[in-house]
Amino acid sequence: MFKNTPLSYGLVAIILHWLMAFTVIGLFGLGLYMVELTYYDSWYKGSLDLHKSIGITLAAILIFRILWRVFSKQPKPLGTNTKVNQLAHTAHIAMYILLAVIVVAGYLISTADGRPIEVFTLFNVSALDFVFDDQADIAGKVHYYGACILIGFVVLHALGALKHHFIDKDKDKTLTRMITPLKED
Amino acid sequence: MNKLLLNTAVSAALVLSASAVNAAEYVIDTKGAHAFVNFKIKHLGYSWLHGRFNTFDGEFNYDAEKPNASQIMVNIDTTSLDSNHAERDKHLRGKDFLNVDKYPTATFKSTNITFNNDDSGKVTGDFTLHGVTKSITFEIDKIGEGQDPWGGYRVGFEGETSLKLSDYGINYNLGPASTHVDIGLFIEGIRK
Repeated sequence: MFKNTPLSYGLVAIILHWLMAFTVIGLFGLGLYMVELTYYDSWYKGSLDLHKSIGITLAAILIFRILWRVFSKQPKPLGTNTKVNQLAHTAHIAMYILLAVIVVAGYLISTADGRPIEVFTLFNVSALDFVFDDQADIAGKVHYYGACILIGFVVLHALGALKHHFIDKDKDKTLTRMITPLKED
Repeated sequence: MNKLLLNTAVSAALVLSASAVNAAEYVIDTKGAHAFVNFKIKHLGYSWLHGRFNTFDGEFNYDAEKPNASQIMVNIDTTSLDSNHAERDKHLRGKDFLNVDKYPTATFKSTNITFNNDDSGKVTGDFTLHGVTKSITFEIDKIGEGQDPWGGYRVGFEGETSLKLSDYGINYNLGPASTHVDIGLFIEGIRK
């Protein structure tokens, strides 16, 4: 039920998947929106604080998710085309790497002058002891372009799942097994 | 007799120092950081926000005997903006403000310098910021001049002017109290 099996994703993996999917898409939208706000918009400061707070939370969930993935069995790919399976696998790994890069870059923007990041006004995440030249600007570019590329992979990944579900008529349950754990026969 | 000798010596010294002053080209002491390009702008109308440009260079001519022949040129690296807050600096360097990727340098080149007296005058010159060049005039004060303890000769000036941001194509709305930025130039020159 909670753990993965050779055929099915467990509840933990499913919850992590969808929690992060909505969070990542929400953060992408929030990020694009907040940088367009101007100085006298009442949410000018609040949007940024929220983006950082959710981002740090996402980082914690990402670490847990990567550990969960490393230490649990992955269900076998359902497709029979090995090239497509390989492509899907590469996209999965790329998304993990991009998420990590984006989170680290975001952290480096906000801590570039040694200031900590305040998370939901509950606690602070400290800056590292080092900074590099133009840290906020370089990390800012990595954060932005990384997020754009990630969303590209998300679209590819989602289109793949929808193709399995609607065009292949869900013979292989690629999409549905990421929604509910399959009953073991 | 002694008086005559003394007078001669004094005149000789004056002639020597005058001729030395004629070679009055100075380089702004950015190497030793005895020069500053500061700015300040009102925050919401409630307080001042201060910042500076850490990287710039420049040269000037100045001769106390012929102060109105003075000239100055300063190049400012706009990417070196520093307001003691990395996220704000990133925003100020970005497209909303200085757009330093496109306009990495601001320059000032004097066209006319007129002193009213020994210690104060007016500088007029072309200032280029954000790709826009405008003629500006501002008052300057001479702080002091003389030998330094290490064998060199130095002179220092200060000047401040207020720039309207929209004159330079910077139209981000910071509020009605924050339409202008004050630029302060504090320079010490070392004679070449």
